[in-house]
Amino acid sequence: MLKLKLHALAHARAGDKGNRLNISLIAYSSEVYPLLKDRVTEQTVAAWFAHRTPSRVKRYELPKLSALNFVIDDILDGGVTQALNLDSHGKTLSYHLLDMPIDVPADIVISKSQSGD
Amino acid sequence: MSERILVGAGAGYSGDRLDASIAVVGNLCASGERAAIIFETLGERTLALAQLRRKQNPRLGYEPKLKELLTPVLKECVDSGVTVLGNFGAANPIAASDVIAEVGIEVGVRPRIGIITGDDMLSPEGLEVLRACCDNLPDSKLLASANVYLGAEPIVEALNEGAQVVVTGRVADPSLTLGPVIHAFGWSFQDWPRLGRATMAGHLLECGAQVTGGYFADPGFKDVPGPERIGYPIAEIDRDGNFFIGKATGGGLVNRRTVTEQLLYELHDPAEYLTPDVIADISNAELTELPGDRVHVDGVTGRPRSQTLKVTVCYDGGWLGEGEISYYGPNALARARLAGEIVKRRSPRSLRIRCDVIGVLSVLADDSGRAWDSVSNPPGQDLRLRLAFAGPDRNLVERGLAEVEALYCAGPAAGGGIRVALRPRISAISCFVPRSAICPKVEIRESRSC
Repeated sequence: MLKLKLHALAHARAGDKGNRLNISLIAYSSEVYPLLKDRVTEQTVAAWFAHRTPSRVKRYELPKLSALNFVIDDILDGGVTQALNLDSHGKTLSYHLLDMPIDVPADIVISKSQSGD
Repeated sequence: MSERILVGAGAGYSGDRLDASIAVVGNLCASGERAAIIFETLGERTLALAQLRRKQNPRLGYEPKLKELLTPVLKECVDSGVTVLGNFGAANPIAASDVIAEVGIEVGVRPRIGIITGDDMLSPEGLEVLRACCDNLPDSKLLASANVYLGAEPIVEALNEGAQVVVTGRVADPSLTLGPVIHAFGWSFQDWPRLGRATMAGHLLECGAQVTGGYFADPGFKDVPGPERIGYPIAEIDRDGNFFIGKATGGGLVNRRTVTEQLLYELHDPAEYLTPDVIADISNAELTELPGDRVHVDGVTGRPRSQTLKVTVCYDGGWLGEGEISYYGPNALARARLAGEIVKRRSPRSLRIRCDVIGVLSVLADDSGRAWDSVSNPPGQDLRLRLAFAGPDRNLVERGLAEVEALYCAGPAAGGGIRVALRPRISAISCFVPRSAICPKVEIRESRSC
């Protein structure tokens, strides 16, 4: 097992509606998707964003797109019309998710680097 | 001619690149196919700001860049039969139609303009509907705007009457695409699977470059060719609503990654993407990458639309002040944090105040600042303190900003580069009204020669 940041395995985009943020997490290759599904859960994401006190994290699975969609409630200090954050939309937080380390079996890392994907 | 329509995007928000539409229109015209171009320029609060401009001058309140957006492409669109659709009417679609007609005269065309209104709910009748549906409606003196999201139906009506340019206020973003597609193929407004598919084409188009390599580049991981001249998206939509996403000539790229990011952008439950027209379902969507920056989108469907429509109500949100100052070199972080403390101690107690140190901890933290307890990254030496103040009273927020200014002489050592800014804030809430309470209006304006 190796520790890798999600940034090495997946890409992401955040979008806001009011005080709700969604972050898509998309595997660079379909063989990594099961690993993301296993490691990046509602619980681990809630814990990773704990300092923003989410009231709820809901995960939707899109296996045909090798993607997970996280809907995170109440982490934007009221959202774009209320928050004092420079990034009141929470747009930069997709890269906070990508900063999360997960345990990765060594063979996946090797096959990923070989495919160059 | 093949049984399809091309829909391109010329703008994805108010403030988007003004030259983006030129390549899109060039490609649409060169195709010789049935085509439309959409301009999406209305964010959640944009309309409130437009409404405030209209209050000051009844001839304003439309997209301020409308003229610059249309001047480069209007003639070519009208001459080639490319329909132009935009929510650039904002708070005043009728005044926007004057501008469109003027631009037409300047470039030598006289388009038939369809004007969609009926989204504005600030009238006494509209407010009555809102009061009945919305528990937490602010006092009407504070209201800046209240607009219901209209769907594709009035757009189709305008196109049926021969409109070459359609100008709207608030309509759901994907409806700008769905309208010309329904019109082209004569779909029923209850053909849910087809409406669902074309709605997702609209969803991918509505943010412009965000599906063609904009908002995507991560050097070394996700590289984007020619990011300074990204070709904006063009969807090729068939009679069944299945579609390809491609792009106009220029930089950028379209692949599974760009399309997946945008498909899920601002989306919650993938099985329930709600618009006024349909509930679209992408939970079984599949993407096929093709050569030449094209992706085929398959497996989208739709279900009957909801019986309510969403209204965004914007109201006076008080004032936001922001002040910044830089510190450099040894002990910069300690000096920056001390400056923040000094300003906090001296500012009016009723203000909400936030303190960031850009380069150490800013956007990651929440307003309470609790993340400062666990800052572990070693501070750089080139730091910028940012203070944000919010409150209902302009004078109090100004007093907070004055304390930032005073850091020059009375703060910690060697602070420099103070900037302060003050602006009014718009707050927004959403509520839902019965569809039956809303009556969109379609007006056709013939441009006459002057």
